[in-house]
Amino acid sequence: MHDRENIRIPIGPQHPALKEPTSFSLALDGERILQAGVRLGYNHRGIEKGCEERTYIQALYLVERICGICSHSHATCFCMAVEEIAGIEVPKRAVYIRTLVAELERVHSHLLWLGVAGHEIGFDTLLMYTWRDRETVMDLLALLTGNRVNYGINTFGGVRRDVNPEQKVAVLKGMDLLEERTKYYITVALEETTLIERLSGVGMLSHDDVLRLGAIGPTGRASDVKRDTRKDDPYAAYGEMPFNVITSDHCDVYGRTLVRVGELMESYKMIRWLVNNLPEGPIAVKFPRKVPAGEAFMRYEAPRGEDVHYVRANGTDRPERVKVRAPTLANVQAVAHMLKDGYLADLPIVVAAIDPCFSCTDRLIAVADAHGLQPGVLTWEQVRRHGIEWYRRRGVDFTRLNSTFRCGESG
Amino acid sequence: MAEEQAILEELTAKFPSLKDKVRVQRARRLFAHVPGEDIREVFGYVVRDMKFPILCTITGLDEGATLGVIYHLGRESGVVLNLATSVPKERPVLETVTGYFPAAEAYERELVDLLGFQVQGLPEGPRYPLPDDWPAGECPLRKDWKPGARLEPEQGKESQDA
Repeated sequence: MHDRENIRIPIGPQHPALKEPTSFSLALDGERILQAGVRLGYNHRGIEKGCEERTYIQALYLVERICGICSHSHATCFCMAVEEIAGIEVPKRAVYIRTLVAELERVHSHLLWLGVAGHEIGFDTLLMYTWRDRETVMDLLALLTGNRVNYGINTFGGVRRDVNPEQKVAVLKGMDLLEERTKYYITVALEETTLIERLSGVGMLSHDDVLRLGAIGPTGRASDVKRDTRKDDPYAAYGEMPFNVITSDHCDVYGRTLVRVGELMESYKMIRWLVNNLPEGPIAVKFPRKVPAGEAFMRYEAPRGEDVHYVRANGTDRPERVKVRAPTLANVQAVAHMLKDGYLADLPIVVAAIDPCFSCTDRLIAVADAHGLQPGVLTWEQVRRHGIEWYRRRGVDFTRLNSTFRCGESG
Repeated sequence: MAEEQAILEELTAKFPSLKDKVRVQRARRLFAHVPGEDIREVFGYVVRDMKFPILCTITGLDEGATLGVIYHLGRESGVVLNLATSVPKERPVLETVTGYFPAAEAYERELVDLLGFQVQGLPEGPRYPLPDDWPAGECPLRKDWKPGARLEPEQGKESQDA
């Protein structure tokens, strides 16, 4: 008999369990994970560098595109940091509108997560239900901002769109519907035995491990760590608004589910409060093109956890440095720990349970070109030619479309 | 602002070199610039004795002649102390803080990849966030690094092929 060796298998960076690229290296003993390593960086797009080469207002639009889900989180965090350096006070009405969009974003993000979690455990009915209901909040975001994602509501010194009485009515109506639906999901989470059995004891992360590894957001709160930037370091309208921090002591994926459905109910309360207490007044003040030298560090409770931005200004119209730490980077080390001693089959739901967002985390693209492995940046024309060629070799010819379909030519 | 003021006073009393180097920018925000030779001691004291159990992130900066680093340390009360220091560009050496905060590993790898810091004591592991075949000595967040400049010969080859 030869010695039993552990098998190390790579999973990713592209794999069916996640919609974004990341790579795991797992040491397995049969079905059990002995050790897990995580390699990130596949979504690095150079956004921090890009910000340094753009004006503040251009950088704001770039920052908003760090993430497709919590775009408002990054934009608001960045705005608040720059406004602090410039010493500009934002009108109260604008602050409330920012907070309103922030909580609507949390609702959309948590409902999206609930669906993904359902999908990862084979409970696709939950996915269909939650994503259908999520359309309500997506429509409200589109009604208020003009966009379903990347809302573009923020500008330095305030917001770009006001909220009118009809929109208020629509938001309140939407909250009534979503609250009723969420009560149903809470019943499902508390009573549906398949869901409880499948999620309990999976992806364990103890209270002490959260403190040691620095896990944040719903992941930390599900291990009974009562940290929430909205409460601890209040920004925007959170210092004035009543709300509860939801925690759970389950320390597993089930706990993370309970925390998120609980937070949905809190968000509905906050959204109603904001709409009913929206102060009158202007929605923006004039903001200088050049920002005086200085620095600011801003924290923001994004749906997935604390998002932090550090901005340094040098007196010109361009930032000297923009640093972003998205919540997933803080949670990813905890994931490696959660996977340890668990089963391989639990990997998708354990990873999904932190609600990972790798585009946020990596921020910065270097593409390996088709010929060598030298990292480089492909021009739009090169990418387009590569795509056409790739399909042509597989028997699909797009050449005919060339004359009619041309867009976004660059260099 | 009593807590912020108390932190400022404790720091300057304990470390005379920090006199006039600590400022309270607003409620819950302090900034301190620490001389390079003292950073290790100050960091340990702040984390252990002054009870700052949260590391929000680490920021690296290209400051021209020096490379800067800022440790953003947080307390449960929401106060953040931004502890900055500078190291010479010719010898940008830092000591790892993963002994205090295991999660600092990713932040320190960013410093290494993007700004060219050397972090002593950083455990072995995959690089982050740049690709494995990224050339050594190319630090994208250095101010003299421009995207695309290095790639021109490659693109020239591409156009000849076409």
